[in-house]
Amino acid sequence: MNSIRLRPLSRLFLALFLTFAAVGNTSAQDVGAAPAVSKEGVAPGATAAATPATAAAPAAGGGDAAAIAAGDALFKGNCAQCHAINDVVVGPALKGITKRRPVSWLIPWIKNSSKMVASGDEYAVKIYNQYQKQQMPSFQLSDTEITSILAYVTAEESKPAGAPGADTGIKPTDGANAAVDGTAGGDAKYMDILLIVLVVVLIVLVVTLVIIANIMKDVLRGRKDLDGRDVEVLETRTDWTRLYKSPVLRGIAGVVFVLAVLYTSVQGAMGVGLQQGYQPTQPIAFSHKLHAGENQINCAYCHTSVYKSKSANIPSANICMNCHSQIKTESPEIKKIYRAIERKQPIQWVRVHNLPDLAYFNHSQHTQVGGIECQTCHGPIQNMEVVYQYSPLTMGWCINCHRETPLNTKGNGYYNNLVKLHDSANGAAPFTVSSNGGTECSKCHY
Amino acid sequence: MQESPKYWKGIEELENSPEFVKNALTEFADFLPVKETYGSSDAAVAPRRDFLKLMGFGIAAATLASCETPIKKAIPYLNKPEEVDPGIANFYASTYFNGQDYNSVLVKTREGRPIKLEGNPESPITRGGLSARAQASVLSLYDGARLQHFAIKGKKAEKDRVDQEIRTALAGAGRTVIVSPTIISPSTKKVIAEFASRYPGTEHVMYDVNSASGLLRANGGVLPSYDFSKADVIVSLGADFLGTWISPVEFARQYVANRKVSSDKRTMSRHFQFESALTLTGSNADVRVPVKPSEMGATAVALYNGVVGGGAAGSAQLKKAAAELKAAGSRGLVVSGSNDPAVQALVTAINQSLGSAAVDVAAPSMVRQGDDARMERAVKDIIGGQVGAVIFYNANPVFDHPMGAQLGEALKGGKVKTTISLNDRLDETGSLCTYAAPDHHWLESWNDYEPKRGFLSLAQPAISPLFATRQAQDSLLTWAGNPTSYYNYLRTQWKAVTGSDAKAWDKAVHDGVATGSALAAPAAQAGAAMGAAEAISAINSAPKFTGVELCIYEKVGVGNGTEANNPWLQELPDPVSKATWGNYVAVPRKMAEEKDWAQGDVLKVTANGKSIELPVLIQPGQAAGSVAIALGYGRTQAGKVADKVGENVLPFAVLRNGAIMYANSVTLEKTGATSPIAQTQTHHTIMDRKPVVQESTLKQYRENPKEVTEYETISTPDGPQKPNKVSLWQDYEYKNHHWGMAIDLNSCIGCGSCVVGCQAENNVAVVGKQEVINRREMHWMRIDRYYSSDASKEDFETKGKLDTYAAMEDPSENPSVIFQPMMCQHCNHAPCETVCPVLATTHSSEGLNQMTYNRCVGTRYCANNCPYKVRRFNWFSYYSNEKFEAVNGHMFTDLGRMVLNPDVTVRARGVMEKCSLCVQRIQLGKLEAKKQKRRPKDGEIVSACAQSCPTQAIVFGDMRDPESRLSKLLRREDGERAFHVLDAINVQPNMTYLTKIRNTEEVRNA
Repeated sequence: MNSIRLRPLSRLFLALFLTFAAVGNTSAQDVGAAPAVSKEGVAPGATAAATPATAAAPAAGGGDAAAIAAGDALFKGNCAQCHAINDVVVGPALKGITKRRPVSWLIPWIKNSSKMVASGDEYAVKIYNQYQKQQMPSFQLSDTEITSILAYVTAEESKPAGAPGADTGIKPTDGANAAVDGTAGGDAKYMDILLIVLVVVLIVLVVTLVIIANIMKDVLRGRKDLDGRDVEVLETRTDWTRLYKSPVLRGIAGVVFVLAVLYTSVQGAMGVGLQQGYQPTQPIAFSHKLHAGENQINCAYCHTSVYKSKSANIPSANICMNCHSQIKTESPEIKKIYRAIERKQPIQWVRVHNLPDLAYFNHSQHTQVGGIECQTCHGPIQNMEVVYQYSPLTMGWCINCHRETPLNTKGNGYYNNLVKLHDSANGAAPFTVSSNGGTECSKCHY
Repeated sequence: MQESPKYWKGIEELENSPEFVKNALTEFADFLPVKETYGSSDAAVAPRRDFLKLMGFGIAAATLASCETPIKKAIPYLNKPEEVDPGIANFYASTYFNGQDYNSVLVKTREGRPIKLEGNPESPITRGGLSARAQASVLSLYDGARLQHFAIKGKKAEKDRVDQEIRTALAGAGRTVIVSPTIISPSTKKVIAEFASRYPGTEHVMYDVNSASGLLRANGGVLPSYDFSKADVIVSLGADFLGTWISPVEFARQYVANRKVSSDKRTMSRHFQFESALTLTGSNADVRVPVKPSEMGATAVALYNGVVGGGAAGSAQLKKAAAELKAAGSRGLVVSGSNDPAVQALVTAINQSLGSAAVDVAAPSMVRQGDDARMERAVKDIIGGQVGAVIFYNANPVFDHPMGAQLGEALKGGKVKTTISLNDRLDETGSLCTYAAPDHHWLESWNDYEPKRGFLSLAQPAISPLFATRQAQDSLLTWAGNPTSYYNYLRTQWKAVTGSDAKAWDKAVHDGVATGSALAAPAAQAGAAMGAAEAISAINSAPKFTGVELCIYEKVGVGNGTEANNPWLQELPDPVSKATWGNYVAVPRKMAEEKDWAQGDVLKVTANGKSIELPVLIQPGQAAGSVAIALGYGRTQAGKVADKVGENVLPFAVLRNGAIMYANSVTLEKTGATSPIAQTQTHHTIMDRKPVVQESTLKQYRENPKEVTEYETISTPDGPQKPNKVSLWQDYEYKNHHWGMAIDLNSCIGCGSCVVGCQAENNVAVVGKQEVINRREMHWMRIDRYYSSDASKEDFETKGKLDTYAAMEDPSENPSVIFQPMMCQHCNHAPCETVCPVLATTHSSEGLNQMTYNRCVGTRYCANNCPYKVRRFNWFSYYSNEKFEAVNGHMFTDLGRMVLNPDVTVRARGVMEKCSLCVQRIQLGKLEAKKQKRRPKDGEIVSACAQSCPTQAIVFGDMRDPESRLSKLLRREDGERAFHVLDAINVQPNMTYLTKIRNTEEVRNA
């Protein structure tokens, strides 16, 4: 009798358990996704240091600090692939370069080193032979640009070696981001342990209480001096059937179950085609962490058209060869590039960010005009060993950013009159992308 | 009791026809016309179990598919070319000339693929204009029907083996003939000369399909260059100079310069046109007189007598033309499209007597050099077996020469030992040749051109050769034993122009044009020129036509048929008849009524002992007693698109006195069959609805420019008001830009260049003949053509309303014609926007009516609610439905898809589409300006239609910018010629039209 009564009960419990498990699962997924879509990622503040190297160049030579800043950008864009201040990379370390050679020698050297070597300049030939007859490419830089690079090098060498430079590049923001992520992750872990401990304690408490109650009952049963009412109380058994048969409870359980299933399926359906976190294995184990993170190579050095075109451009093998004809030539991964060049078979990377064809996206609009950092959409790329899709790339995500981000109108003649009009009409409200029509259909769909 | 009146639902019920009885009980037709007419593969009848099976499979497949996203590859260049950046278009100057019209072009390439051609504004000849045919020729680059390798007897062969065999064969060939269309490339001519010196006995024969041999003969072997802007009175005897004659893009620009009016310049040239078929030029004429082909000679004589001699004769219009020419003196010009040397001799004499400033024989045009007499002799020699070897250099005489059939027989019968084809495909001639050494497409080639004495032009490759072809000049050099590449050969030749200065050469390549002269004087024509008296007697003694006269003419789209395998050209509606996909017999209404022919009845046309069958098209303006058929159709070996479209009419042309006569007398018989004609417009008149399209006369315009346009007003309590004063809607406020266009109906000649330009820019699908018949063409831009009618509302009193309306639907015998480009009007109060249930069509803050394909669910409410009928619905997946593979094949293959504009979505089945005002160009222009931190300059952003317009009839611009050309134009024309179509419905379009002004005395009803 008892068992018959309990079977349906167990089913009900199973159903309830499943329901809660499903809800728990979804919320767990949400937790996993939450940091990735965090508002941090699209914060407009991140655009502050976004002026691209090319834009900074003309400003060179306007005062010392400005020259150093411009030199910094130019150095990272042009020189950092082969030179460091204190170490020999491909070319010599640049520490003390202005002391070693006069500026009047350096300028023609940087502009066209092969010409200097060919002319038979003694020092030039010496350095050429010293570095395995590897020619330094010629650079189309103006004299002021070169002096600003030298100013940067001089400023840099006076800093103690090994100390992190005051790079305006990617590092600080990422460091902060990573730290935030780290602490968030740590907190969550402690929370879990604490919860488990609490649950264990609770179970122990309940079990202890049940044991105590049973012992007490047994003690009571042993006593003969109990009257009828006491015996009744002692012998009362909970009638689970009534609970099970209660329409109210059944109704509540049913509704909760249906809601849970509905919620899960809606969430599941919304996630179809969403590839956030997509991290395919690439044919060559290229590390952005190494190149963009540790070596601080400017994004635009490889992604050449990110400031001028719709497409950022995945670097062609000849760009890799600018450095890797000298560096790590023995690495099996680098050898894959050599093989590609020898066989004339371009490298087939796996595309990580896949926008549907119906959406038009233009990199230069966001980088050059909008002044958005790469990391705003691509995440902490400088920490990624293997690139994954950081943002959801959904229309909602795009639109949200367009609604919240103030336009980068500063110093752009295109917007002058618009800003005036906007400010006179609705004063304090920020002039966002969408207030300039940035959420209209034909801005992205045509 | 009085019987109550009985009403009938329609004539059918009254007649109680069996059809009606059968259908009376069923409210809906029990078949879907879609299936019947098109056998759609999308919606075949499927039994329930199949449906369930499919559904089960579909769910399983969808589940599986959603498990893993397909891996997409991103493949960069191995070695990125310095000048190519993915996503940025590069432009290269080049030249289009295929023996018809010359165009200097800019080739737009994306990632190394040519995707669009635009006019080169640097060119002093075409000045940024581009013909429809030149626009479309980018598609022929990706034509899969091109021969993709060398061949011997149609079978693939090694290049070296072909060269070897050809050299051996040529060495012992004896007489060799190179047959080509007109060649205006100085270096190519040198190459041919070198070839001829290596193989003595070589003769180079040029011929033109639409020949100007008569004109060449009359001017001592040269083609005068004309400047229509220097003429105040133009008399054209059948010369379609705006559409097909010699250099239409150049002429259109000159012509319109003297036709544009403003309140500051209230003068216009006057244009008389005497012609048989109603051509594009005739449609634009102020006075058009239909003349039978046989009367053209007499007309020329009468005009000659009227101007040079004393006695004016002929019709009133002819007398008037002669008188006005005389009065205009050196600012008068006579041109003739006739190939009769006698007529051309008279025309030359008239121009000489006028001292016309518009004719220049000293700096002649080079674009027609064909000599009919020489070609006739060569063909006869080939047929007679007197030629050892023949090389067809992009020439297809078996198809397009009147003696083509005999020539084909001779080639088939082995009358010539060695036959070589340099044609780009195994066409009607090429397939009969032993050897095929296919030429590159012009977009893959280096070449130079001299379209006019003193003006040079260069072509540079915009893509590496797609197939294993070789440039024809290289082939000829190889066979002549010269190891130089044609590029180096060209460079050496150009030292004479640019010197050895590499910079000058670079500049010439960059600009695409240069000045200088390199072409030798053209060879004199075989036939002699005639004096005026001789010409008159020749005309008088010419054989008389009997019965119905046939006039053979050329169409603006397909032209002489060389590029017939181009679906954009096949689907480009004829400017006048609006017919697509094939030719037809254009007959005057009177003849059709007399003979009881209806439109679409198939006639058997017989002449010269040959006959073809073509449907009838009733063409207002066709000269009484004559019919017209277009050449260039009826290809049999051009490719999937062109084969068996229409019939070849060229065998009906006759050779007389060493010149091809594009006229003949024919007999016409009704066969009883019908074949519908795919026309994009079947209503012919505007039925007195002035608000649609407006026109006036120069006389009225001179008197008061403010009276030429009728503005509608709305009655309000405050008296009559402009329609936009009364509105339910709130007006938009445009802060940033307000894009719009103005279209000058006075400058629009209806050539259709914009239609093809739009099609190329916006990936507009080609739908084929049946779908055009079903009224489902996809062109975003169309050019409406309206004929005038003899009836008008003034006849209500005398003839009754119903009869008058019926009569107003019929165009006049010789109607005046008006063209009106029509595309989405981008209304500020757009009726389409308010009815879309899913907000797929919305208004932008820059005045655009946006169409969002991925939101559209295909209710088509918007199209129903559009007063201008400019929305197009995708009834099929034109890029994947096999029914469209023949006509829209370029969207099916990787090869053809290279022509698609990567910035514009290819629309899927079930969505609406329409003109976007080239939003991708607007966005790009704005972005470039933003990158340079400035406002966009006027003229930087232009829509594809405005860009391609040879006459600059379309002005695109920002109405928010008070200094833009558009704003200035609208301010100037406000209250004078500027009007909105259907202004009274107050949809407030952003497109403005300018009233057409005709230089006529009498006012005609449109």
